[in-house]
Amino acid sequence: MKIKLFFASLAALTTGAIFVRSQDQIVGNVHGTLQKPKMAVIDFRGAGDAQKLMATFNTTLWDELSNSGVLEMVGKSFYPLDVPQQPQDFRAPTMAAGARRGDSSRTQKNGPWLTDWSGPPTNANYLTFGYTAVQDGRLLLRGFLFNVGQPDVASAQLIGKLYFGPLDDAGAKKIAVEFAADILQQFGVKSLAGTKIFFVSDRTGNKEIWSMDYDGSNQQQMTSYKTISKEPVVSADGRMFAFTSLIKGSWQIMIHSADTKKKLPFYNPVSSTIETPEFTPDEKHVLYAASLNGWVNICIADVNGGGMNQLSHVKSQEVSPKVNPKTGRDILFISGRSGNEQLWHMNIDGSDAEMVTNGEGYVANPSWHPNGQMIAFAWTKGFEPGAYNIFVMDLASKKMTQLTSNNGKNENPWWAPDGVHLVYQSTHGRSPQIHTMLADGTHSQQLTTQGNNTQPVWANGIN
Amino acid sequence: MRNLSGTLATAAFAAVLMVSAGGCKKKVPVPTPPPPTAPATTPEPPPSAPLSLRINSFTGEPHSIERGQAATLRWSVGNSTDISIDQGLGAVAANGSRQVFPSQTTTYTLIAKGGGNQDTRSVTIEVSSSVPPPPPRTPGVAFSGSDLLSREAQDVYFGYDKNDINAEGRDTLTKDADVIKRILTADPTFTIVVEGHCDERGSEEYNLALGDRRALAVKEFLVQLGVPDERMKTISFGKERPVCTDQNEACFQKNRRGHLAPAQ
Repeated sequence: MKIKLFFASLAALTTGAIFVRSQDQIVGNVHGTLQKPKMAVIDFRGAGDAQKLMATFNTTLWDELSNSGVLEMVGKSFYPLDVPQQPQDFRAPTMAAGARRGDSSRTQKNGPWLTDWSGPPTNANYLTFGYTAVQDGRLLLRGFLFNVGQPDVASAQLIGKLYFGPLDDAGAKKIAVEFAADILQQFGVKSLAGTKIFFVSDRTGNKEIWSMDYDGSNQQQMTSYKTISKEPVVSADGRMFAFTSLIKGSWQIMIHSADTKKKLPFYNPVSSTIETPEFTPDEKHVLYAASLNGWVNICIADVNGGGMNQLSHVKSQEVSPKVNPKTGRDILFISGRSGNEQLWHMNIDGSDAEMVTNGEGYVANPSWHPNGQMIAFAWTKGFEPGAYNIFVMDLASKKMTQLTSNNGKNENPWWAPDGVHLVYQSTHGRSPQIHTMLADGTHSQQLTTQGNNTQPVWANGIN
Repeated sequence: MRNLSGTLATAAFAAVLMVSAGGCKKKVPVPTPPPPTAPATTPEPPPSAPLSLRINSFTGEPHSIERGQAATLRWSVGNSTDISIDQGLGAVAANGSRQVFPSQTTTYTLIAKGGGNQDTRSVTIEVSSSVPPPPPRTPGVAFSGSDLLSREAQDVYFGYDKNDINAEGRDTLTKDADVIKRILTADPTFTIVVEGHCDERGSEEYNLALGDRRALAVKEFLVQLGVPDERMKTISFGKERPVCTDQNEACFQKNRRGHLAPAQ
């Protein structure tokens, strides 16, 4: 129950903007009830050659919706046997002769109907259905989303759309992901399809920057400096990534194109250590931590490295500046200015610095929720130094939830663009690997296995 | 079979030596002739007790030689007419000397026989193979500053999440400063890299910054002790280069260090 409440409040924060923008009744329904909407998804069938791709399609569609964390998926064993494939399959029941109005026991069933799904034993709020076929050598999907609580077909339909893809497994996966993204958007969830996770891997023998799809597929090497490259971060438009690299005896910031992987010009000031780069949401500036006057402090510069300005001037280490993605005006960072390193918050001009955490333990790796209100970070609170766990917090109220608990080191949480997932790094007692989970700590999935894989960041795809 | 042919060869060589010995009167004295026979009238002296067979001396000088050099054997034997030296030297006179050129450490045994008695004495000449020459002198630098630094400069250790140098660290760095100054004086091109390291518990980002500060703290202290600022660079390795990977404080302490290395 606690998790549900947490999730509902999280979802409310996440989707506030969408609620305002969209008049969609679903969003109101979801957040009015504090319950996850119940979703039924039929097993889609394919006409002709499309049928052999349906196993891939159905698995992908189910997983995409289920892993979103915002829906309660109704088990298929509860479904009616008479399943619709298109809206015209629905046949409203007719009143039996002599029956009084409203006496459902006296209605005449004429085929599949909305109440088959909204009533027991299915008890769904929504139904996803449709079919596939082959058209001009392509795989075609007719996909529908119905609100089965509505009285008639016309008002029930929320999505009725055609999708096209190549006539193979990849095509089946593609149209399933696109359809799922449209469905999830109705519930205020941004699809993760197309998003990328950048991370550090030493599988080649050197720490290099790598990227992979949100589900762990398509892992590819992004840098080849053959030194130590780490601390990746990706610009909001997905086009650039910055990282820290040990070049000719000092740590420097590098910026590369995410598209071509080529190096982009960036001027580093003279310093033994420049690290933890961060883009502002408008991609016009870069923040970093640099050792300029004997201490590593927070700085900001133009995206090409020019116009550098030091934001903090303290005799302690300060690293990991992270800009609020909503406002672009305030930052989280890690500072040892009060003793043990803690999470701090200040304006992007360096004013109004205040400690966010309470001074206990050691804090690392701040990450902003896309809504600019929730945050995530790693903290040793309650454990020995080095034994990090992942926490999420509402920054304004400082209300906090601990998501992991002492199962090895759990570090580097990073909010997914959908605002309901986190990617993080966990040892589970062995080598560190990258995992994703829902923001309530459930549905943990390991995405990497080769070598040591660390410091994941979840990036928007190139748009 | 091998023994037999060896014996034959030794016998043949001994025969040759005997011939040459006979023709070299200056070096090998002729055996002393027997005493003149007493006049017949003189009564036979009572048979004296037989004079005892004795090797007076047998030496080899010098005791040790390099291969190719000579050593001299000298001997003096009393009351024996059957005297020989092994190692192929064969029969020799009662008093004499002989140069030998052993190619390896060799023991020479002198055997004297007579009157049913025998005496032996041995000397050993140690032979060493030729000593290899020293390496060529490097032009300019007569010593390796890198070697001296790695041999004599000690790491300085830090407390957890600390960057200040404690009393023990100051002692260590005071000694290190002397080593560094010796090196920098001897080699005007030598520069030092001061490395800052951390244990594995802090975050990678914070440790990189902390290591930077530790390296700088070490450098600043060395500058106070008179090591020229411009001959030192700093670098942080954060927790990238641990010297110990166990999960205990003893190991963590070894990793929280300032380390002095030669610049590449």
